[in-house]
Amino acid sequence: MNHQFAKSQLMQETYYDPKDLRKFGKISEWNQELGDKFFEYYNKVFEAGTLSPREKSLIALAVAHTIQCPYCIDAYTGDGLQRGITKEEMIEALHVAGAIRGGATMVHGVQMMNKYNKLSM
Amino acid sequence: MAISQSMQKQGKALADAQNQLTHLSNGIFKTELPTFRTQIKSLGLESLRPKKLEILQINLGYMCNQICAHCHVDAGPDRKEIMTKETMKACLEVIEKSRAHTLDLTGGAPEMNPNFRWFVEEASKAGIKDFIVRSNLTIIMANKTYQDLPEFFKKFNIHIVSSMPHWTRGKTDTQRGDGVFDKSIAALKKLNAVGYGQPDSSLRLDLVYNPSGAFLPGNQKALERDFKQALLTDFSIEFHNLFAITNLPISRFLDYLIASGNYEDYMYNLVEAFNPKAIENVMCTNTISVSWDGYLYDCDFNQMLHLKVASSSNHISHFNLNALQNREIIVSQHCYGCTAGAGSSCQGTLA
Repeated sequence: MNHQFAKSQLMQETYYDPKDLRKFGKISEWNQELGDKFFEYYNKVFEAGTLSPREKSLIALAVAHTIQCPYCIDAYTGDGLQRGITKEEMIEALHVAGAIRGGATMVHGVQMMNKYNKLSM
Repeated sequence: MAISQSMQKQGKALADAQNQLTHLSNGIFKTELPTFRTQIKSLGLESLRPKKLEILQINLGYMCNQICAHCHVDAGPDRKEIMTKETMKACLEVIEKSRAHTLDLTGGAPEMNPNFRWFVEEASKAGIKDFIVRSNLTIIMANKTYQDLPEFFKKFNIHIVSSMPHWTRGKTDTQRGDGVFDKSIAALKKLNAVGYGQPDSSLRLDLVYNPSGAFLPGNQKALERDFKQALLTDFSIEFHNLFAITNLPISRFLDYLIASGNYEDYMYNLVEAFNPKAIENVMCTNTISVSWDGYLYDCDFNQMLHLKVASSSNHISHFNLNALQNREIIVSQHCYGCTAGAGSSCQGTLA
């Protein structure tokens, strides 16, 4: 029994808990002024501007995957669904992120080639 | 998410209204979240009271040609509860007496009631000017009996309100069943052809958007713009307004929320999005819902939860407007669905 209890406790202990996303606003409790400023900025960013909130949501989704933030992935998949964004649009946005990530690796190949050529006779 | 039978036919425990209410009162509402009653009390409201009666919403029966995954009625072809002509006659007497100006016909598929057309004709004679029919669209394409519905709707200047969860085939069919999207498009074209939904037409055609999953609807205006653009570009279809309606956690949608592990998050989202402004205009304050067997409810959702009006006048056969106006509206946790975000009603957002 104790062993089972310990095991279940252990299984619950992970760095990320999906329920913590709901507590995002609590970060203000330890510094109200900066917290308020941050959320005011955050909310302003996602308002309609030159880009539509829909476009911003897709950018956020792609960035969320790039920085591999599980909270952001949950949040902006849900946000996209609310906005009627389709899964086809979501996966295309992710491929943009994937292409830039892959491109960032590959473009450094030029550095490798430069170095290789410089060191080689 | 394809469903082939109603929950009632499947004998599911959650088909029972009492089990749904028990589920909605326990769990997180015992430990973490405020009940709806507590929430409105914190606004200084002891109870929710009706305003002037404007809409009589009559449910002509739970029979439907579709079996939608989110349906709060648990409607389908296997549901046999439909309103009799006698009950309709009792409704007509009330229509003449009451000062409700709008008759809102819903179901199931209200058109499947064999006395649907007779009832509309008689209600028109009784003085109803503003008819709403909540049509699922595919009924118009179901068989010959229904093919002239657009002309019938037009004759009585009926305002058509139809569900359309998305402007793409995949999302629509997932929620409403295979082939529903194509049939809905064909039906919308027929409605457009007789004049419905045209920009300057008085023949009103509105669409209802329900999220196809465990999330809340986005901004109604933004969704309307996207729907209009897609339906016009892809199919040359026009309509007037889009109503974004939140799925209430009852019946099939509650069953889905629990089975998919989304129930707690969904309820958290609803409670977090509670908007005090929306409560001023919730539809239970200006509507009375009548069930197929003549009982009276604060709304169609309370009807499905078997929560009859808290009044001595709880049946159409002894309808007493004064008594009903003094009643207290019955609330439970499902009511959070109507007060989340911009609010939700059969007429779309509220605040």
